[in-house]
Amino acid sequence: MVEYILIIISAIFVNNILLSQFLGVCPFLGVSNKLSTASGMSMAVCFVITLATVVTYLLNMLLVKLGLEFLQTISFILVIAALVQMVEIVLKKISPALYASLGIFLPLITTNCAVLGVALTVVKPSVYASAANGMMNLGEATVYAFATSLGFGLAMILFAGLREQLSLNDVPKAFKGIPIALVTAGILAMAFMGFSGLV
Amino acid sequence: MGKFQLITKGLIKENPTFVLLLGMCPTLATTTSAINGMSMGLATMFVLILSNIVISAIAAYIPDKVRIPAYIVVIATFVTLLQFIMQAYVPDIYETLGLFIPLIVVNCIVLGRAEAFANKNSIVDSALDGIGIGLGFTCSLTVLGLVREILGSGSAFGFKFIAGDGILAFVLAPGAFLALGYLIVIFRKLTSKKAE
Repeated sequence: MVEYILIIISAIFVNNILLSQFLGVCPFLGVSNKLSTASGMSMAVCFVITLATVVTYLLNMLLVKLGLEFLQTISFILVIAALVQMVEIVLKKISPALYASLGIFLPLITTNCAVLGVALTVVKPSVYASAANGMMNLGEATVYAFATSLGFGLAMILFAGLREQLSLNDVPKAFKGIPIALVTAGILAMAFMGFSGLV
Repeated sequence: MGKFQLITKGLIKENPTFVLLLGMCPTLATTTSAINGMSMGLATMFVLILSNIVISAIAAYIPDKVRIPAYIVVIATFVTLLQFIMQAYVPDIYETLGLFIPLIVVNCIVLGRAEAFANKNSIVDSALDGIGIGLGFTCSLTVLGLVREILGSGSAFGFKFIAGDGILAFVLAPGAFLALGYLIVIFRKLTSKKAE
């Protein structure tokens, strides 16, 4: 149990996917103008990362068995793309309300490097694994993926809150838009550096 | 547009990092030093040129509805090829860049050029476009890496010229955001003056 808690704290705060690993920065800058869209995007990412990691983890077991590890990149991205499409169709049918809130963000997620990044991370040797060969088991991989996506949501929502405030202020012309957002993100990343050494 | 312009537009007018703001993840993550930034830029350029050539050659035969998955497969093939080449010849750089080599697959610059340029232009023009945008990306990553390396560890391209440790934060995550933010501002100031 303790290992799982360590994975969760480490993935959310210490190695935050956005602010220290730089995965998924495009949506972080792109859809963080408003708090509502940012939380919608975070939920969609959370859903897809967890699901995609479980599926690609199982797929990787098959690839390892067949000795085809070099196909990881190609097969993972195809599986993720297909999965996103499928989630979209299923969601439309069973939960129109959720589809309406996540809908527009789902297609964008295919090219979100956070999803492929996490899928590729959990099949490589890592410090979070309890097994002797350094590979995560399915439980650890799932917890890691879920915690990572929570970290994504946390950073995203904090950042969107800051940007909403920022839009009310008078910013020098050259700083308008992305540059001031990047400087804000830098300060936020500095705040998150305070968590380093926690685990 | 002339052939020469195809190559030079990526440097300033359509600079992928400072103007179009594409491919932010590798830009921020791999520019801890000038060498790392340059390697990442060159690796992306390799994939960009080859995928542009192949996509412009086969674009006419791909049904419109499945074009995006088809492009992704082409790009992923070249990325896998690049992984093998780098593992064989430059294993150190491959280790340093790590996860960000396979992640070239989802780099918006590569897919963006396939969709916006390669699928409706000739093979030669697409190759030149790949070279131009790739050069722009490599240059901006090298500049960003250089700034962070000078401020963060007091060296340039690995040669130390300032004694002491430098400002460590610039090598770590916050420095990436801050340096890129300020570089974009400087870039905007310079280019807007030129336009006037």
